[in-house]
Amino acid sequence: MPVFSYLAYPVQGGKGELLDDLAALDYCEVTPAENEEVLILVTDTPNEKKEQELQKKLKQLKSLRSLGMTFGHTDE
Amino acid sequence: MDISRRAFIKSAAVQSAAAAAAVLFPGISFGAWKSLDPSSGSIEWKKTPCRFCGTGCGLLVGVSGDRAVAVKGDPNCSVNKGLCCVKGYHSVQILYGKDRVTKALIRKNGKLVEASMQEALDLVAAKMKETIKSHGKDAVAIYGSGQWSIADGYAASKLFKGCIGTNNVEANARLCMASAVTGFLTSFGLDEPMGCYDDIDHADVFVTWGNNMAEMHPVLFSRMLANRQSKSHVKIIDFATRTTRTSQAADKSIIFRPQTDLAVANAICYEIIRNKWVNWDFVKKHVSFHKGKTNIGYGTQDHFKFTDKAETVDFEAYKAFLEDYTPENVEKISGVSARDIKYMASLYGDPDKKVTSFWCMGMNQHTRGTWINNLVYNIHLLVGKISAPGNSPFSLTGQPSACGTVREVGTLTHKLPHGVVMNEGARKLAAKIWQVPVENIDPKPTYHTVEMFRALDRGDIRFMWIQVTNPMVTMPNLRRYRNGAQKDGRFIVVSEIYPTPTYDVADVVLPSALWIEREGFFGNSERRTQHNGQIIPTPGDTMCNTWQLIEVARRLGYEKQFPWRRETYIEDIWNEYIQFHDSPKHRMAPYKELTVRSGIQWPYVNGLETKWRYNAKYDPAAKGGGFDFYGKPDRKAWIWLRPYEPAAESPDSEYPFWLNTGRVLEHWHTGSMTRRVPILHKAVPESYVEINPEDAAALGITHGSNVKISSRRGAMVMKASINGRGQPPKGMVFVPFFDENYLINEVTLDAFCPISKQPDYKKCAVKLERA
Repeated sequence: MPVFSYLAYPVQGGKGELLDDLAALDYCEVTPAENEEVLILVTDTPNEKKEQELQKKLKQLKSLRSLGMTFGHTDE
Repeated sequence: MDISRRAFIKSAAVQSAAAAAAVLFPGISFGAWKSLDPSSGSIEWKKTPCRFCGTGCGLLVGVSGDRAVAVKGDPNCSVNKGLCCVKGYHSVQILYGKDRVTKALIRKNGKLVEASMQEALDLVAAKMKETIKSHGKDAVAIYGSGQWSIADGYAASKLFKGCIGTNNVEANARLCMASAVTGFLTSFGLDEPMGCYDDIDHADVFVTWGNNMAEMHPVLFSRMLANRQSKSHVKIIDFATRTTRTSQAADKSIIFRPQTDLAVANAICYEIIRNKWVNWDFVKKHVSFHKGKTNIGYGTQDHFKFTDKAETVDFEAYKAFLEDYTPENVEKISGVSARDIKYMASLYGDPDKKVTSFWCMGMNQHTRGTWINNLVYNIHLLVGKISAPGNSPFSLTGQPSACGTVREVGTLTHKLPHGVVMNEGARKLAAKIWQVPVENIDPKPTYHTVEMFRALDRGDIRFMWIQVTNPMVTMPNLRRYRNGAQKDGRFIVVSEIYPTPTYDVADVVLPSALWIEREGFFGNSERRTQHNGQIIPTPGDTMCNTWQLIEVARRLGYEKQFPWRRETYIEDIWNEYIQFHDSPKHRMAPYKELTVRSGIQWPYVNGLETKWRYNAKYDPAAKGGGFDFYGKPDRKAWIWLRPYEPAAESPDSEYPFWLNTGRVLEHWHTGSMTRRVPILHKAVPESYVEINPEDAAALGITHGSNVKISSRRGAMVMKASINGRGQPPKGMVFVPFFDENYLINEVTLDAFCPISKQPDYKKCAVKLERA
């Protein structure tokens, strides 16, 4: 049951769109910064398979420029 | 409200991201983030210092039942004000690696097999007795750590120096801080910084001298960025041998050739004098000039000895000495343009700018480490920018208690908790407090760390107890010392928490309690003593390192010197130890106050901490109305004439590259703890060699391909990193040492500063081949 947090950077001018895209995904909680072009993304997936599926979906988001991992926990 | 463990993990995840964002974007706000209610009854928060670097961040550890489940920054700790780095946020996970050592182990028929603690401790004591009887007291040794809690180091020093009577006490801080110590002692007569972290909030200019603070001291670096964010005139100058994350965040990055920082520092002083930026009022009252020996060697041979001798000179002699260091001359040596040297001098010389210089391993792991420390002090002393808010030459520490344990308790061969073994008064004081005959304390130092491992190899040392450190990864020219430790007739005891290459050479492994599994104290870079209580129970048969030493001491017959009860021994040791520092120059805070506060700075006099030493405005030990450098007999700070001398080994036609080694943000030292935290391991799963893109192209090396790095001592094959997080200049490669699968110290050279005896891990000559 992995938990990760990231700083999510939108493509230029795409913060609102990225917020919507991330919020629409399962296992994702997103908190936008009020005064910077960055969002906090926390993922909480039930197993490694779902985690990999989510990773694939994140990579496909056109509004997402990059993710920087800041925390991780697995029940290994 | 009932909050699950998982909710707390998610809370920690959010806090970690918010902290990272705060580093990158000072002033960032996340209005929608509602933190979990910490008043919930299901989690109890307890304070502790972080157990990684020397910054000394205050943490709050969330405990559920007997398990530490979450971490957040302690908002009451002035060091980090609630912020942590990625290692800090994951720190409790180091407690729960699957292969934690929880039982004692004894080597039988070549294999380590489980044993009871009683059997293991009996064997350790018996072997010590037997070795002393057969080979003398100087055949037994203890090698500790800047990660030792203060009580660990104190008990070790008392047992070995006071009771057994050998000065074979060393610690791995010799490998990271010894040049800082000798720098302080030679320039000021007393160890440890005069300033404090508040300097970061006051300075107008920061110069990082070979110091990648963005990765090694990220919380302090974020305070620096926050200062710059709030004041538009604040500048950060990164003066380094390779481009790092610190360079990327700096206003200006200046790259110099390895070892030539000596020449550049002198050139800055030359420019300060030439431009009449000297603060004469300060210099005339508070500075004297001295020169020492030159061509002092590199210590690469066994039994190397060196003693410096100071000769007092005058300002004119100093000025004449600097004539060799015009910016134009130094440009040729260092590769730094005369223009950049003049720019740096102008920053230090501007009377309206407060300047703080930071350094750590780049200056200390240097065959002229003491000298370069002296030379940076020279700059600050010439312009009088010292011992006042924002004006600070600041030597950062690498480990959480390199200052508190190794430097203050004095767990080095020549040191006592107060003073040095060579000083009769210091021996008498120690004998009185330790209740041992003064004759027990040997007035002659024995071996510094490199020489101690050489003595083990030669057979002069036969028994070595290693606590809280991993020398079979960290010793330079490693192969010699590993082979030495494995020779017949050697007995190695290792107090450890996980299997390591040092554990692999052990005859006895004692399972240690880790960090918050026992009560203890650390002392950080800014003279701050920090207490932690025992927050969670010890697993299995693990035992606090201090108590291991007490058990062995009693078996050796020293019950009188180690009388303490299990319930109160840390408090009792603290109360005994602080008798050594009972003066306004170094008074420590009482135990009870330390237990309730997030650290207290010494000297602690009349209930007040001392933030800036040697300045009567802040320091009760300073006399008169202004500065008073009371560490030296002439009550002055010393400017030293220290020349540029080349490195012990430089690139040549056969070995054309410099090898520089160091650390990365995610891993702590040899990685024995952080590589067991899944996310930190995943972030940087293995070591690599950073190569300049032009060098890589010339050699046909691509990112991720295997490269063989060879020196005159050994070779290592590892993957290339090109255009990664750091970039060396042409002619240099950089390798992080955290990964025991790539023992880069088989390649490094065991040359050291002849004054501090600290090895230089930043410079040796290697060649590269595709592999």
